[in-house]
Amino acid sequence: MTDDELDHLAQQLDVILGAVARVQEVAAADIPPTSHSVPMSNVYRPDELVPSLGADAALAAAPAAEDGRFRVPRILDEEA
Amino acid sequence: MNELLTATATELAAKIAAREVSAVEVAQAHLDRIAEVDEKVHAFLHVDADGALAQARRVDAGEVTGPLAGVPLALKDVIVTKGVPTTAGSRILEGWIPPYDATIVERMRAAGIVVLGKTNMDEFAMGSSTEHSAYGPSRNPWDLTRTPGGSGGGSSAAVASYQAPLGIGTDTGGSIRQPAAVTGTVGAKPTYGGVSRYGLIAFSSSLDQAGPCARTVLDAALLHEVIGGHDPRDSTSIDAPVPPVVEAARQADVTGLRVGVVSQFKGDGYQPGVLARFDESVALLEKLGATVEEVSCPHFDYALPAYYLIAPSEASSNLARYDAMRYGLRVGDDGEASAEEVMAATRDAGFGAEVKRRIILGTYALSAGYYDAYYGQAQKVRTLISRDFAAAFERVDVLLSPTTPTTAFTLGERVDDPMAMYLADLCTIPSNLYGGPGLSVPCGLSDDGLPVGLQVMAPVQADDRMYRIAAAVEAALGTDKLLENAPRL
Repeated sequence: MTDDELDHLAQQLDVILGAVARVQEVAAADIPPTSHSVPMSNVYRPDELVPSLGADAALAAAPAAEDGRFRVPRILDEEA
Repeated sequence: MNELLTATATELAAKIAAREVSAVEVAQAHLDRIAEVDEKVHAFLHVDADGALAQARRVDAGEVTGPLAGVPLALKDVIVTKGVPTTAGSRILEGWIPPYDATIVERMRAAGIVVLGKTNMDEFAMGSSTEHSAYGPSRNPWDLTRTPGGSGGGSSAAVASYQAPLGIGTDTGGSIRQPAAVTGTVGAKPTYGGVSRYGLIAFSSSLDQAGPCARTVLDAALLHEVIGGHDPRDSTSIDAPVPPVVEAARQADVTGLRVGVVSQFKGDGYQPGVLARFDESVALLEKLGATVEEVSCPHFDYALPAYYLIAPSEASSNLARYDAMRYGLRVGDDGEASAEEVMAATRDAGFGAEVKRRIILGTYALSAGYYDAYYGQAQKVRTLISRDFAAAFERVDVLLSPTTPTTAFTLGERVDDPMAMYLADLCTIPSNLYGGPGLSVPCGLSDDGLPVGLQVMAPVQADDRMYRIAAAVEAALGTDKLLENAPRL
């Protein structure tokens, strides 16, 4: 992001954070948090073989591909 | 206007089933309408004429049948479609062609529904006006200088301008109901887990829910029934039958129902015309045989701040997948730049201002040292809001409020004032945090001549109750004909 973009965003985030900080007014220590509205855990699907996406389909939208694999920019600092 | 365009989905399906008209003729009439008016409305990002006509031919050949077979639909571009471009309103997914269909797309195809194309939306469904779409805003058919709401403003505008009798939206904090309210259409957010999220591009996974947009309550219920139900590919999908929403919409009887009016959602900041139509609707329900009482849900005042911590937190995690490696945009890969530099350049070019705001906000709220004060507290508020709902539903069967504090606002008015934009979802957010269903049905026009929405909120898995109430209001007020008051495009 540019400096201008950051300055603009920083002001807006100040306002937003000030507003959302109101959540600190109400929730006491003895209130349990809710992460999910539907109480479910350990949901499994049947362990059955189903066709999966082929390599060609998976690679079709890749920005770059080579030899049936995703081609990515260098991930290490050193010269190859 | 061509009566194939103004007909309800129910009427179209009956005519097609009786072979009074072919599905191809119906699809073509809507494609022609899109060609005629969408330059002004900009509801669609992509029109799939070939796909729509091919599906219509399958219906005409008798290969697929069902209560909505042959009915055209406008699909929000956050739902993935095999072989059809899907962008979620973002530059970062421009040109992406998904290799698979969302579960709801599979179900609609199997039911003979004809998907006309993909509709405009705020980028990754973050917004209340479609102005945060990377592809320009949609416009409200009631007044082209105003927003059709958001994030699902493309679908609501398409339905309101007779480009499609049905639409699909997704609702994380109000993105189905608020657009419905400001365009004079019906929009329902089903119970969380009631409709599969498989193939719904994730914004805030614990809140996102797809649902129907339509011009009548019964049409919305019919679509709800097609897309709803358990899906093993979504681990949060509820393994239970779809509530009897169609039966409820047909019944439209509120005798003996206990209706609660949320006392927090009125007063300052609410347009007088919105409150007047709301009060009239409540009085009407009482006259129709419902009992009405005011119900206080004190923590609803904290829903908006809690939402703007929880949703951005989840978004900051979900959007990390746009890494420029496997699909989507890649910028700055000159052979020299590192993966990290390419990732940063891609996200800078590919994400718009609102998405950046929310990623930063969410990352901050989840960071060590701030987690407890922000995200942790917001999750506790979520508990308190759910308790408010539980307490309210011990006394009443449904809760009512205006869907939005005001009618449609003008384009540009709030686009650079995030807090003002967020207020558009003030009344719709509590249902998302709680997980229960919510529906917006038109209840008349405000003093400014623009549509007002009545919101009905119901307990988890009691989606049928809101259709019962909404259908009764619609029948008594004749609001299924409200769009006839909109200007001709």
